[in-house]
Amino acid sequence: MFKFGFTEEQLMLRDMVFDFAENELKPVAAKIDHDEKIPDEIIKKIGELGLLGAAFPEEYGGSGFGEVGYCLVQEGIGSACLSTATFVGAHVSIGTNSIYIGGDEELKQRYLPLLTSGQKIAAFALTEQGAGSDAFNLKTKAELDGNEWVINGEKLWITNGPIADVFAVYARTKKGISAFVVEKGTPGFTPGAPEKKMGIKGSQTSTLTFDNVRVPKENMIGREGHGFLIAMKTLDAGRLGLGAACLGGMKSLLKMTTQYAKERKQFDQPIANFQSVQNMLAEMAMEIYVVESILYRTAVDYDDKTMIGRQAAMVKHIASEASCKVADLAMQVHGGMGFSKELPIERYYRDARINKIFEGTNEIQKGIIARDVLKRNGQM
Amino acid sequence: MNILVCISRVPDTASRILVGSDGKNIDTQGIKFVVNPYDEFAIEEGLRLREKNGGTVTAIVVGTEASKDVLRTALAMGVDKAVLVKGKEPDDSFYVAKNLAEYAKGISPDLILLGRQSVDYDSRQMASALGELLGLPSISVVSKLTIENGKATAEKDIEGGKEVVEASLPCLISCQKGLNDPRYPKLPDIMKAKSKPIEEIVPIETQNKVTILGMSMPSKKRVGKILGAEDSDIDELVKLLHEEAKVI
Repeated sequence: MFKFGFTEEQLMLRDMVFDFAENELKPVAAKIDHDEKIPDEIIKKIGELGLLGAAFPEEYGGSGFGEVGYCLVQEGIGSACLSTATFVGAHVSIGTNSIYIGGDEELKQRYLPLLTSGQKIAAFALTEQGAGSDAFNLKTKAELDGNEWVINGEKLWITNGPIADVFAVYARTKKGISAFVVEKGTPGFTPGAPEKKMGIKGSQTSTLTFDNVRVPKENMIGREGHGFLIAMKTLDAGRLGLGAACLGGMKSLLKMTTQYAKERKQFDQPIANFQSVQNMLAEMAMEIYVVESILYRTAVDYDDKTMIGRQAAMVKHIASEASCKVADLAMQVHGGMGFSKELPIERYYRDARINKIFEGTNEIQKGIIARDVLKRNGQM
Repeated sequence: MNILVCISRVPDTASRILVGSDGKNIDTQGIKFVVNPYDEFAIEEGLRLREKNGGTVTAIVVGTEASKDVLRTALAMGVDKAVLVKGKEPDDSFYVAKNLAEYAKGISPDLILLGRQSVDYDSRQMASALGELLGLPSISVVSKLTIENGKATAEKDIEGGKEVVEASLPCLISCQKGLNDPRYPKLPDIMKAKSKPIEEIVPIETQNKVTILGMSMPSKKRVGKILGAEDSDIDELVKLLHEEAKVI
């Protein structure tokens, strides 16, 4: 029998993270957007509560909630602040996960407890000028010199770049693409200034420059030449977290929009009485229901190790398109007030848009899905 | 220092409450239940006192099998032990107080903490009833608490101000908003809470002293009437307040 439902501890996790989001994050979300920075004390609290370790096993400092738990965390955080959800996503599901998925035991023991507890912040460094959607086309190089790898090149659009301590860096070596851990402060390694962006402004994104950056041999994540596989597996997990953050944002938008539609009067009655407004609320609710259903179904498959790549790609595509649509409808119902900075609708609207672009554009997601459909001769 | 924290399970304050089909209970369909918000202050205060002075914190609830969820929350927040007095729906203050007192007698805690009231039935009787049944000093609506040298010094809210009172331990404190900032359970503790045991005991008292005859929704707010702004309208206003609204 196919049954949906969270366990008691998953529900407790959900209650806790939504309480935290409501009481601690929502009140500062506008400031995070304005200041283009997440306050250090918020990052500290998120770490202390164990929110950065939800997905990982206890032996690495996590709490063993798996991907479902991680998605609940991202849904809660995304409901209040998509900048903070982006920070968490880059740290957990692509930064830390690169080491968790690809690293050997020694590397995991060395880094994971520091990362799952939030004592150190992680980032994922794959994208380059000529390697965005064409992720295989990396120019950053790593060459072995004695017991050290020497890395040269430049990365672009690295979320958490200006604030991270530990970077999972992907570079070309003799045997293909390989992954390395590079720590902040390593000579020759320079994160750039935060980029100016339309949305998720509190999440800091920058370039990374590698000028003869030397890292010990042991800092290679997994085996030489396995980097691309590690990156792709890591991104699968990232796509679910992204969907979860979109879901949280959409749920907040529906709540705010419903309340507004009941309060705002035109023609001597609440606008919620008008069918055109009701249609918009119905559209929003339907999008949310679809995303919630596919997201948690896929997260359960991920934890059962039965998920296939196209499922994550579908979640990412559907959730990001839905979140842009829901933000647009929310703004339409709110009218001028939605466009005004007085309400957070315009922030959710700006923050939603990146989701169709990062962690693989939606066009790339369709490519992943279509290749898999063709490979399986149209079998679902 | 051994602390007993009495908690209750109440509908989330954000829930929309409707009366059930029997007219004597609320309709629990779709209602989310939580730890009574005032009891969260009691749990937090217990944990802080334990962190400072050592000892144990035991959380107890009088309720049904369903009440285990609030005990799990208390365990995830950090209490050492959880006890469920498993019986009928706890809809009478005496029934609850008698069963809590019975357990308290058995463990003789140094301090009993509870919320100032449960936000479901709002009877506000528990601190006094428990104090009476146990013969202990009982201080209500406390917003600041210091325990030193076997004495509790408490600041409590009174009409228009504060009052500072003192009692020797063991004693009972009912907690008010402002006493502390309850912690969020940490994820590893939520995970561990599921494997911690919950002690179940049978109620000693099984009868209510007060029985609920019926429940109804508040009558809909009547639409206000606006009279003119002239002095001559005052007579009409007084007349309506007297005869129609019957408030003067």
